[in-house]
Amino acid sequence: MKHTWAMAIDLDRCTGCGACVVACSAENNVPTVGEVEAGKSRLMQWIRVNRYWEGEFPEAQAIYLPIPCMQCERAPCELVCPVYATYHNEDGLNAMVYNRCIGTRYCANNCPYSVRAFNWYDYKWEKPLDEQLSPDLTVRSRGVMEKCTFCIQRIRRAKETAAEEGREIRDGEVVPACVQTCPPGAMLFGDLADPHSEITRKLKDPRRFRLMEHLGTEPRVVYLKRQKGAGR
Amino acid sequence: MSAEAPRVDDHHLAHTDEAAMFERLSRSNLVTTWKWYLGVAVSGAVLLWGLIVFLYMAMVGMGVTGYNRPVFWGLYEASLVFWIGLSHSGTLISAILRLTHATWRAPVLRGAEAMTAFTLMVGGLIPIIHLGRNWRVYYALPYPSSRELWPNMRSPLMWDAMAITTYLIGSLTFLYVGMIPDLALLRDKSAGWRRKFYSALSLGFRGTHAQWRRYHVTSTLFAILIIPVAVSVHSIVSWDFAMAKVPGWHSTIFAPYFVVGAIFSGIAGVVIVMAILRKAFRLESVLTPLHFDNLGKLLCTMTLLWGYFYFTEFLTVWYNRNPEEWEVFSSYAGPYLPLFLTMIVCNFIIPFPMLCLKRVRRSVSLILVPACSIVTGMYAERLLIVIPSLARRNDPFIWANYFPTWVEFSVMAGAAAMFVLLYMLFAKFFPIMAISDIKERLFHTTDRTIGGTTVESIAQVEGEGEAHA
Repeated sequence: MKHTWAMAIDLDRCTGCGACVVACSAENNVPTVGEVEAGKSRLMQWIRVNRYWEGEFPEAQAIYLPIPCMQCERAPCELVCPVYATYHNEDGLNAMVYNRCIGTRYCANNCPYSVRAFNWYDYKWEKPLDEQLSPDLTVRSRGVMEKCTFCIQRIRRAKETAAEEGREIRDGEVVPACVQTCPPGAMLFGDLADPHSEITRKLKDPRRFRLMEHLGTEPRVVYLKRQKGAGR
Repeated sequence: MSAEAPRVDDHHLAHTDEAAMFERLSRSNLVTTWKWYLGVAVSGAVLLWGLIVFLYMAMVGMGVTGYNRPVFWGLYEASLVFWIGLSHSGTLISAILRLTHATWRAPVLRGAEAMTAFTLMVGGLIPIIHLGRNWRVYYALPYPSSRELWPNMRSPLMWDAMAITTYLIGSLTFLYVGMIPDLALLRDKSAGWRRKFYSALSLGFRGTHAQWRRYHVTSTLFAILIIPVAVSVHSIVSWDFAMAKVPGWHSTIFAPYFVVGAIFSGIAGVVIVMAILRKAFRLESVLTPLHFDNLGKLLCTMTLLWGYFYFTEFLTVWYNRNPEEWEVFSSYAGPYLPLFLTMIVCNFIIPFPMLCLKRVRRSVSLILVPACSIVTGMYAERLLIVIPSLARRNDPFIWANYFPTWVEFSVMAGAAAMFVLLYMLFAKFFPIMAISDIKERLFHTTDRTIGGTTVESIAQVEGEGEAHA
C-alpha cells in the first residue's frame, strides 16, 4: 500500500517548550554543538522552534512555530543536488543518502524553510554519551548534509512488523520522536492515504495552512492556526 | 644599428627590421630577470600556503570557515563567479574583435586569451574547493558505477560543470591554435631543449600557403564558435543562483546581467594585465596608448551597461516591495553597506567620469585607476549577490550574517597566486605577444601622407571573413 505520511502541528497547543527538539536529537543522533558554535548559527537540530514576538512590550506575546523538514511534494532541494544524494522515496518522503552526499550545500540554499543542517565538523560524543547513540541510524561524517526524516527508521520498523504479521500498518503505529514527546500534544503524525486516519480527519479543520504556500513546494507538514479569544 | 634601420614609427613590414622586432616582442622568452624569479617565488609561496590551508579545511571540516546555517555559500562561490567573469576578457578581445576586423587587437590578443585560460583554471577549481567532501567529487562525474547512479542533470551545478569544462577546453584550444605560427617562429629562432619543445608544439608548421589558409579558417571558425560558449558559460553560472528559490537570486535578469558583468570585469582585467606586461617586458612600442584608449572606450560602454542592468534590477524590486526580496535589498543599507558602497563607487562613480576623458584613456598609468577600481567593485558585486540573499532567507528567525575567516581568505589568496604563477610561467615559455598577427598587420599597413601629417593606413585584409576558396 502506498503511504502519504504527513504531520499536523496545532499552533494553538504549542507552548514552545522545545521537548520535540530534545527528543529528535536523542532519537536521530543529532550532535549538540555547544555554545560557541550555536552562537555562529550552526545548530544541527533537525527541528527548531521559531519564536516570534507579537505586539509591544507590556502586551507582547510570543508565537511559537516548530519547523521540521516539510517533506515537500515538490521539493526544491531534490532538484538541485548534482549527485541524487537527496531524492523522493517510494513513500513520497525526501530521503537523504549520507554516503552519496558530496557537500555542495546547494540543497540547503534552495530550502526556503532552512531546515537542512550541514556537518561542519566530525562531531564527537563524549563518554558516556556515545552509549546513547541509536544503532538504527548512522552518525554522519563531516561534510554531509542532514535533515529531519520523519523518523524513517520508525516507519521502516512499523512496515517490517506489519509485513511479518501480514497486515497493514495501523493508524498511530508510526510515531516520530517529536510527536511522541510533545507534552501538550500539539503534533500529530499519520497517513493521509488512509481515509479513516486521525490525521485525515484533523486536517479537515478550517484552521489548516501550510508554511510559505505561495512558493508551491506543497509541504507535507500542515499547521493549524492559533485561535484568538478570551482567556489568552 | 644604423640610424636608418628600424624605425618604430614606420608602419610597414618592409621597413621593419624583423629580427629586431622579434627580439623586442619575445623579450619575455629571451631575458629572465631576477624580478621574474622573485615573482615566481612569491606567488609559489602564497599558492603553497593556500594549498596547506585547503588541506587543513578538508581534514578538519568546513567549520573552520565562516559559513553558517542560512549562509551556506559565501566567499568561495563569489570568487568562482568573479574568476569565471574575468575569463570573458580573452573571448571578447580575440573573438569579437577578430570577427569585426578590429586590427588594433593584435598585440592584446594573446595576453587576453591566456588570461581566459588561466582564470578559468582557477575558477574551475573552486567548485571542488568548496565541497564538504572534496574527496568524493568524482560522484558528480557520469561514470558507470555499480549503483547505476548517474549525475542529476536537473541540477544547475551539473550544467555549470559541463559549461566550465567546455569553455576551458575551447579556450585552451583557441589559445593553442592561435599560437601555432608563433611557436613555429620560436622553433626557428631557438636551440637546444627549447627547439625540441617548440618543434613538438608547432605541429610541423612551416608557413606554406596551404597551412596559412587552414590556420585562418580554423581561427575564424573558433572565434565564431567560442562566442556562444562564453555567453552560455556565464549565463549558466548565473543560473546556479537564478534557478534557486532564494529571494534576491531568483531573477530572470541574472543571465544577461552576469554576462555583462563578466565582460566588464574581464576588460578591466585585460587592461591591468596589459599594463603589467608592457612594463615588465618593455613592450611600449607595441602596446601603445592607442590600445589602452580602445580598451578604455570598451570599458566605458560596459560601465554604462552594467549601471543600466543594476538600475533595472533594483527598480523592479524597489517598486514592487515584495517583502521577501525587499528584506534582502534593505540589508544593503545595513551590515552590507560597505560592500554596497564599494560596488557603486568602484563600478560606476569612479570609472565612468574617468573613462570619458581621453586624457585618462590614453595614459597607461591613469587608466589603471578605473581598471583596478572596476575589478575591486566587481568582486564586491559578486559578494553582494551571493551573501545577503542567503543571510536574509524567507524565515527571519534564522537570519544570520557571514564574514569569512582566515581560511577562506588564505585559500582564495592561493587561488589568485595560482593565476599569477601560471601566467608568469606562460609568459616565460610561450609567445605572449602574437608576433605573427602583429607582422600580418604591419604587412597590410602603409603610411600615407595627408597634408602635413602621416597616418597609418590599413588595407582591407584580402578575403578575410568572406567565403572564398
